[in-house]
This record gives sequence, C-alpha cells and structure tokens, in this order.
Amino acid sequence: MKKTLLAATVALTAMATTAQADTLEDVKARGELNCVVTTGLVGFAAPDADGQWQGFDVDFCRAVAAAVLGDGSKVKFIPSTGKTRFTLLSSGEGDILFRNTTETMSRDADLKLSFLPVNYYDGQGFMVPKALGVSSAKDLDGASICIQTGTTTELNLADYFRTNGISYEPVPIETNEEARPNYLAGRCDVYTTDASGLAATRAAFENPDEHMVLPEIISKEPLAGAVRHGDDLWFDIAKWTVLALIAAEEMGITSENVEEMGAAAGDNPNVNRLLGLEGDFGAMIGLDKQWAMRAIAAGGNYGEIFDKNIGPETALGIERGLNAQWSDGGILYAAPIR
Amino acid sequence: MEEMIPKKQYAPGEHPEMPPPFKTKGAGLWLQQNLFSSPTNIVLSILAIYFLYKMLPGLLEWSLLDAAFTGSDRNECRAKAGGACWAFISERLPLFTYGFYPAEERWRVDLSFLFLVISAVALLWEKCPLRKPLMVFAVFFPFIAAFLLLGGNGVKLMVVLACTAVVLLLLYRGFSSAFMMVLALVVAVLAKYAFFGGIGVPFTDIHATQLVDLNQFTQLNLKTVSTDLFGGFMLTLIIGVTGIAFSLPLGVLLALGRQSNLPIIKYSCVVFIEFIRGVPLITLLFVASTMLSFFLPPGTTFNLLVRVLIMVTLFASAYMAEVVRGGLQALPKGQTEAADALGLKYGPAMRLIVLPQALKISIPSIVNTFIGLYKDSVLVIVIGLLDPLGIGRASLSSTEWNGLTNEVYLFVALFFFVSCYGMSRYSLYLENKLHTGHKR
Repeated sequence: MKKTLLAATVALTAMATTAQADTLEDVKARGELNCVVTTGLVGFAAPDADGQWQGFDVDFCRAVAAAVLGDGSKVKFIPSTGKTRFTLLSSGEGDILFRNTTETMSRDADLKLSFLPVNYYDGQGFMVPKALGVSSAKDLDGASICIQTGTTTELNLADYFRTNGISYEPVPIETNEEARPNYLAGRCDVYTTDASGLAATRAAFENPDEHMVLPEIISKEPLAGAVRHGDDLWFDIAKWTVLALIAAEEMGITSENVEEMGAAAGDNPNVNRLLGLEGDFGAMIGLDKQWAMRAIAAGGNYGEIFDKNIGPETALGIERGLNAQWSDGGILYAAPIR
Repeated sequence: MEEMIPKKQYAPGEHPEMPPPFKTKGAGLWLQQNLFSSPTNIVLSILAIYFLYKMLPGLLEWSLLDAAFTGSDRNECRAKAGGACWAFISERLPLFTYGFYPAEERWRVDLSFLFLVISAVALLWEKCPLRKPLMVFAVFFPFIAAFLLLGGNGVKLMVVLACTAVVLLLLYRGFSSAFMMVLALVVAVLAKYAFFGGIGVPFTDIHATQLVDLNQFTQLNLKTVSTDLFGGFMLTLIIGVTGIAFSLPLGVLLALGRQSNLPIIKYSCVVFIEFIRGVPLITLLFVASTMLSFFLPPGTTFNLLVRVLIMVTLFASAYMAEVVRGGLQALPKGQTEAADALGLKYGPAMRLIVLPQALKISIPSIVNTFIGLYKDSVLVIVIGLLDPLGIGRASLSSTEWNGLTNEVYLFVALFFFVSCYGMSRYSLYLENKLHTGHKR
C-alpha cells in the first residue's frame, strides 16, 4: 500500500512539473489545442447543426491550432460561462481563451492573464425603433431605456447621461433574451448593450429594418484572446498568430491565394517574411516556416473571418468601423514581422 | 316501492337485462362526480374551462396550426407561418440528443440506451418476461454502457465482465459476505487496472500504460470518445441514472450511520449530511469545476464529468439519507426489538425487518428526491457542460436560429415533463403494489 501511495505521489509530482513548463510541448504532445470559448454567442461562437463550433472567436482558435499543429480542426472547444472562463484557463484545462472577453487591467494583472492583441473593438451602443425619429444618443432626453442590471453597461449609461446633462428612465432587465420582448412590446424606447450584442438582437427581429443602432459608442470594450502568465513562448505564438491574420489582410493574402503566394518568393518582402519565404521567423516562436501560411489557410485572414461570421453580409450585419485596418480608417495595426 | 317490482315473473337466469339505474354510468355521471360535485368544484371547473377556452386556441394556433415544420433558417420559417418554427428543433434534434458525440459513433449511444431500457424494465417491472436473465444482464449493464460510451479496449471489458460473472456465481452459491467483499475488492482493483491503467495514472487517461499489453486484440476495440463531447439528453440521462443508482444505497448507509451507536460513524455521517445540505448544489458544482483544479497539482486533469457525477451523487445522497431516516423513525421501536428477540444480528435485522418497511414508507419522498436530482442536472450549464437547456441556448446563438426561445424552452420542458411524470407514475405503481394495509 505504501509503495502504491509513493508511486502515486511521484506520478502526480512528475505531472505537476511537466505541465507547468511548456504549453507548446503539451499541446504538441496532446495533438489538440484546448480552446476556451463561450457557451454560445451569436456570431462569435456557437455549435452548428452537426455540433461543429463556428464563429469569430472559434476561427481564431482554429488559426492558432493550424499554426501550432498544422491542422485547424485539431481543437477541443471548452464552453465556458462568464464565471468559469478564467479558472479554466489558469487551472491549465484550457491552453488559450477566445471568449469575447474585454481586456482590463485587473484581469491582466490580478487574474494573471496575458492578453493577446485585440481582435474586436466593441463598445456600448443604443438601439431605437426608427419610428422614434432620433438620430443621435444626445436626443434621448427623458427616454426609457432597457438595461441589464449589475453590468458595466449600467454604469456607463449613467455616466454618459450625466456628462451630457440629459435624463433617462431605466427599465431593469436580467438577460439579453429578456430584453427582446420588452423592447419589442414598447416597454422601453431604447435598448442598450454592447454594439455586437445589439446587432445580434436586431438580426433576430421580425422586421430588423424598423430599428436602427445609433452612431454613438459610449464605452471601450476591447475584446481579446488571453493566455496564462508565465509562458512567454506560448504567448508569443498566440500573439503573432493573431497579428499574422491582421497583417495578412493588410497585405492582401487570403485563404484562397495563400498557397499560391507562398509557393515562391515575390516582390513584397513583407509578404515573403510572413509566409516564410525570407528569414526564419517561425523558428523564433518554436514553429516552422509555414506557421503563418497555415493559420491564414485555416479560416482566412482577419477580414475574411470578420466578413464570414459577423460582417455586413451576415445576419448580424456589423460594419467594420473601428475594426477596419488602420489604412482604411480603423485602428487595426499589426506590428511588422521582421 | 310497490310499483317498482316488475309484474312478470321470470325463471332464475332468464331475466332480460335492464337499463342501469339513473346516474350510475355515462358521461353525465362522470361530469357530475369529477367536475361539478360541490359548489367549490363547480366554480373551479368553470374557471378552469374558461382559462382553457382562452388559452388553448392560441396555443394550438401557435404550436400546430400556424407552425412551420420545415425550413433552413428563421426567415424561411417566418415566410411560411406566423407561429412556432419547429424546423429549428428538428434540425437540431441530433445535437439535443447526443451533444457533440461523433456522428458515426452515435449508434453506441443508441445501443446503450436500449440496454438501459431493458435493464430498467427488468429491474422495475415484476411481470417482465425473462426477468431473471435480464436482471443478471442489468448487473453487467454499467460496465457495458461505460465501454460503449467511452470506447476503448474490448478485451478489458471482457476481463471486467468475466470477473463480475465469477462474483455473481459465487454469490449465488452462497459464499460468506466477508469472502465476497474481498473478491469485490479484487474485481474493483482489476477493473481499475483494465480501464484506467496503473495506479497514479489520471482517470481520464484511458490509453495509459498497461500491465499487460491488451492492444493486440484490436478487433474488439471501439474508438475512444472523450466525455467532453457528451451533451444533450444523453448527458441528462447519464447524470440522472448514475445519481439515482448511487444516491439511494449511499443515502441508506448514511441514514443508518446517523443512527449508529458508534460516535465516529455517527458524527462523520452527521457532519457530511449537514454540510452537503447546507451548501447549494451550484456551489458544489463550482467547487467541482474550478476549486478542485487548485487543490490538485497543476496539470492533473480529473475528468469534469466524473467530478460532476460525484458531486451530484453526494448531494442527492445527503437528502436521501434524511428521507430514509424519516422512514426509519416512523417504524415502531418494537420492530427492532422483535428482531433482537429473534436473535438476528444488526445486518440481517436491518436487511430483513427494518429497511423493507422504512423504505416502503419513504417511497414518495425517495422518488421526490430522484425527480429533484434529475431536474437539478440542468445546473451543469454553469460549469460549461451542455445539457439540453445548454444545447438549446447555444443553438439560439447560431445566426440562423437566433431568437426562437419559446420553441427551445417548450421542447426541453416537454422532455423533462415526460421523464419526471414517468417516474412519478412508477412511484404510484410501486406504492400500490407494496400497499399492505397501512395506507391511510
């Protein structure tokens, strides 16, 4: 009995020491990337009829898996709620988190997460029926507003109206689902939540065209992926995979032409470096030369991922806005790969 | 009374059949007895009929008459009909049933379910044909189902089944219980080796190093399916059946322990029961999903489903213990004393005299706890396991079906109603069967 106990202890300690050290090695040994996603958010992550996860966040998981393991389908998705997401990551059950998570200082420092480059700039907005005849949030003086209680949106709303010296009447609701019937029945004039959430809610209306999202965005919600503190190599892999997708869009590399462009070195040294035709940047993050090629081939560049899941052509119909490339008036700005 | 007597006299047995006396049969009588038997009932019946009259047409219109049964997304449904969009549910039915279980392996879930039904019928229904052999099958069922659902090495299953068969056979021959305990322990250790590899290997790692290389008989192997792909109704049934099967024996032991004269046993049972009852299930689930990972060394992945099963079982067993204790206390002390007088030891006295009576009294509360446990299984969504409700919510987040909340909740409610109502009817049947004259 003593012997078995001893054996068990040794085995556990051995596992403990190996697990902490090297996420990249763990993922390679496992042959699967454990990616923490949401239990379901329109456009960002949701299972389809065959049980395959689809969405904006999901495609970033697949890109990292493609870069590391060479196959974008080698991902195990761990659905998480707002309460369990960070523990799943810090306990080591998840290797990486893409779960429409706002980057904040306390999460970074206190929860010991390392945030990847922001992949979606969200912010709180307002939705009104077109019949109300307002074109700006500043016209909303005296309006009744459906607002989820106990959230930062509630505080943002109060701040915004106080700053602008106008008044409103809050109609407290619990969840997004509750907002729909209340808003449609006219119990409130306005519904406010994150702009992506507004778009999703509006898309499910019977007559979405009768409602509009006002141009004002009153808060900053930079959504970003995250990894644990303490594994810098793994952080670099994840960070540069996200940046590679953004850079790919800027350079015009898509999932369709990436094979072709990666076949032989072209005139653009930036493209050559990204696709591993010049220098050996993959080796710096413990990967091979084709890491970025595979990441782009998995789900497309940033623009393709955006358009496919949440862009203007989808039911959500979200415009690029802040999430456009810096050269197109947005603030997406990938650091150079060199 | 005089004129009621028929004038004509008949020979015995020749009398023609007469119409029944007034108000002893027919719809009118049924209505009067069941709906209009007293002023209160008349008022209540009229109110109920009024509400049904107000509600039913709308419900029927929405759910059946003006509903769309085909279509590939919400807008197609809306174009067809103004009511419910059942195309959503039918498209997502596999997801609701199997969760993320790989499509080509789903026959294994179906087969396990069939086996579950067979075992349950054999165990629960006295007049089941071939009951004895089927009950033996039910003993093997947990191993077979675990193998089918998880996959793995077929030879290991054979080893476990053979060990179980030996134990059964010896039990049948009437070996002493101490011997059986030792044997059961040996079987448990063997099963542990066969299914999970050596001691110290994490439970999830089914492919871990073996003592003997069993991988040579590959034709018996099934593809391994990880438990995080489990979901939907399948997950509810796994949690429900495991919780129900283990919480009753555990609860009985705890209840007996609480009444024990040995202080250590008594107080450890008391502390356990009171602690579990004092903490909400949702907290225990959070502990299972998040805290345990902090207590265990980093990197130890203890299967989440196993953690949940343990927590749900412990939770239900604490409640079960109190239910059974209620039954035990309802028995007159004379019963135990009579058992003592007969010279029965503690074990036989409990098994033959006390527990059969105590459990019979407790049936309604026991089934109550079962139903509660079964319905509580939807709480696993807070730790990211997708039960039918979780699958429903996740499906609502697909761009095609966003917003069809009513359909999802109605569908899931129907599933739970059917299973819980079934349990409740079975408990009634059991009560009637065991009714031996004490019922008031």
